[in-house]
Amino acid sequence: MWKTETSTKQAPKDPILGVTEAYLADENPEKINLGVGAYRDDLSKPVVLKVVRAAEEKISGKQFMEYLPIGGYKPFNEKSVKLAYGEEAQCIQDGRVAAVQSLSGTGSCRLFAEFMKRYMPGAAVYIPKPTWANHHNIFRDAQVEQKSFRYYKPETKGLDFEGLMEDLQGAAEGSVVLLHACAHNPTGVDPTPEQWQELSKLMLKKHLYPFFDMAYQGFASGDCDRDSQAIRIFLEDGHDLGCSQSYAKNMGLYGQRIGCLSMVCSNKAEGSAVESQIKAVARAMYSNPPVHGALLVDNILGTPDIKQAWFDEVKGMAERIIDMRTLLQDNLVRSGSSLEWKHVTEQIGMFCFSGISPEQVDSLAKDHSIYMTRNGRISMAGVTTKNVDRLAAALHKVTS
Amino acid sequence: MVSHTVFDGPCVRPTVPQVASIRRCAPRHCLHLRASRLEGVEQAPPDPILGVSEAFKADTSDLKLNLGVGAYRTEELKPYVLNVVKKAERKMIDAGENKEYLPIDGLASFNKATVNLLLGFDHAAVKEGCVATVQSLSGTGSLRVGAQFIQKCIPGKTVYLSNPTWGNHRGIFSSAGVKWEYYRYFDPETVGLDFEGLMEDIKNAPDASIIVLHGCAHNPTGVDPTKEQWKQIADLCVDKNHLPFFDVAYQGFASGSLDEDAYAPRYFVDRGIEIMVAQSYSKNLGLYGERVGALNFILSSSSAAKKVLSQLKQIARAIYSNPPVHGARIVSEVVGNDDMFGEWKQEMEYMAGRIKGVRQELQDHLERINPDKDWSFITKQIGMFSFTGLTPQQVENMTNKHHIYMTKDGRISLAGLSSSKAEYLAKAIDDSVRNC
Repeated sequence: MWKTETSTKQAPKDPILGVTEAYLADENPEKINLGVGAYRDDLSKPVVLKVVRAAEEKISGKQFMEYLPIGGYKPFNEKSVKLAYGEEAQCIQDGRVAAVQSLSGTGSCRLFAEFMKRYMPGAAVYIPKPTWANHHNIFRDAQVEQKSFRYYKPETKGLDFEGLMEDLQGAAEGSVVLLHACAHNPTGVDPTPEQWQELSKLMLKKHLYPFFDMAYQGFASGDCDRDSQAIRIFLEDGHDLGCSQSYAKNMGLYGQRIGCLSMVCSNKAEGSAVESQIKAVARAMYSNPPVHGALLVDNILGTPDIKQAWFDEVKGMAERIIDMRTLLQDNLVRSGSSLEWKHVTEQIGMFCFSGISPEQVDSLAKDHSIYMTRNGRISMAGVTTKNVDRLAAALHKVTS
Repeated sequence: MVSHTVFDGPCVRPTVPQVASIRRCAPRHCLHLRASRLEGVEQAPPDPILGVSEAFKADTSDLKLNLGVGAYRTEELKPYVLNVVKKAERKMIDAGENKEYLPIDGLASFNKATVNLLLGFDHAAVKEGCVATVQSLSGTGSLRVGAQFIQKCIPGKTVYLSNPTWGNHRGIFSSAGVKWEYYRYFDPETVGLDFEGLMEDIKNAPDASIIVLHGCAHNPTGVDPTKEQWKQIADLCVDKNHLPFFDVAYQGFASGSLDEDAYAPRYFVDRGIEIMVAQSYSKNLGLYGERVGALNFILSSSSAAKKVLSQLKQIARAIYSNPPVHGARIVSEVVGNDDMFGEWKQEMEYMAGRIKGVRQELQDHLERINPDKDWSFITKQIGMFSFTGLTPQQVENMTNKHHIYMTKDGRISLAGLSSSKAEYLAKAIDDSVRNC
């Protein structure tokens, strides 16, 4: 018999998705899940956007379940890159944007990593410290060398801009730099527009290739244009760049696995060649992407008043999170905590990097049935007016 | 190089931009001093299979016929969404399902259903916890996760692919960094199985190699081993301690019976052989674009299954995190409801029946037009495809002269043939065989 038993090792649980498993196993009725970044309303319920339900009705009974082309649903790709780069973006008008529908953010990053391995041979990817844990898995499995650059400063719970610039200053030419376009995961700490400008100039000078992971457009500030400002700044400066987009959070399409990988190239011919090679990578991975989510997004982005209705819903979600940040901070201050908690409202997006230790995280789970990833990352989407008091009290307890 | 017409002067640093406006500004010309790092990227050729459909679309002739990709068409040559699928979708909308992330290994009710379909309901292997299943992106995705598992957890082993095989098998294993070799399969002389060659090559492969076997309706040839031959292949796998990796993309579609078409993997499992199985619901439930499938390991112990599952999840997490929910829910609905399941079986019998019918018609026409050649292979072969034996030159003639699109290896998809076009096809084949 083929010896699976002795040769296969048990792989560890995923640090992020494993949190939900632990939460589900807990029987405490007041348990709180602050693990995975999936939006919840004030009743802690998952939300399907109204525009999505409407789109669903429209496309139901569709006669079209055929294979999409390898590169996905073209109308979706076209709208997606316009959302990222701007409706009137020059690079789009020039026809030099390679765009491929992908399996949400993960799928976009993996396609890019595989492309990088083949077509930027020897180039390392610089990844901010810390970053979304799965970035490391993706680039590792694509066999791309990883380096890191300083990003988060624990002392200020803010950006270590000097460290960032210094580390990238020392990067080899032709390296790829992975940047979170907005709402950095897990810290919630974003560069200011002025800092983005400076970084863009540095990367031009050092011939570093920007790869933006944009998983939260619209979700950070509530404004899609504002949230893609970093990318627009880089485009203005003339960079060629890559961008991973996900519609998991901003359209609540988590399980549909809908996203887009695009690469702004030097010219039309290059864009076409690059797109053809990304497609070759996709063909050997999954052949062609799932149709359902693409039709939903295309439907929503395709009609002006529905698109506006979507903008409003995203703004609503972003605002609820901002409100929760304020509430949490107020509660922590009122609890009498001697620690500094202003980062709770200064950080942006779905996550708050609380600054608590792994042991304190364990204590929150064990003693308070409050679950989060061990790096102290709190998904603010899991905070509600009903549980914020208890959360603040528990945080105060474990940190005092 | 595209040049901008508006100049700001060399390398002038723009002021902080208004968010919504993208000015045509100069800085790009600074990059002209240096070649793009991606200039050397070559245009990839169109995919040999999926590229055929693209070429077909571009053809403006009324006579055109697409026998390229294996997607089922009705007699009117229209795509077909199964009634039972529409019903399931309607149910799902009415139920107001949410759109949350599935677990990494997919929808639990789908995973349960898919194993039941593969092995038969209430199989001992399931009860004993010896099956590891991850929902994945149809056949391709399941194969790719399997390939990555081989690369990571069974390193140094070679994968054996039938000659010929579905083109994408090669790409999948190569992309995952797994070495592959061919075993003999198709005999052009008999237009059938080269069983001796197959057995010899599998015997000569190093012990504990991975052998990719098509569960039924071999793609591209349509030539399957008999039950007796499957038994012998199984014997050999036991002797050589090989790991069979079944690609099951047509269960139900070949003979019209789900059980009949699962004979081979079920036989191997009942022989106590550990196997890997990639399943796809693209064809048999018409869910092509939804990308629904599963990768299964049926093993000899539950502890091994547990460990393997943990590895598969880690691999999947780095490719796509978790699989798409929509198609899996449809499968789960259909299999979970007796009426719908019955209806599905009927629709599948109908689709398989149409293909069998059209095979017979094609053969009848060819026998009439060209009685000197043996055309019996057309009805001997099974499933969506027929390996016609046409050479690349003859295939070109089919396309250029007769506007009939097929893959260069001579494969035609019977699923794309209608009764009304069978004679046209027969004449084109005859012309190509005689004159090219």
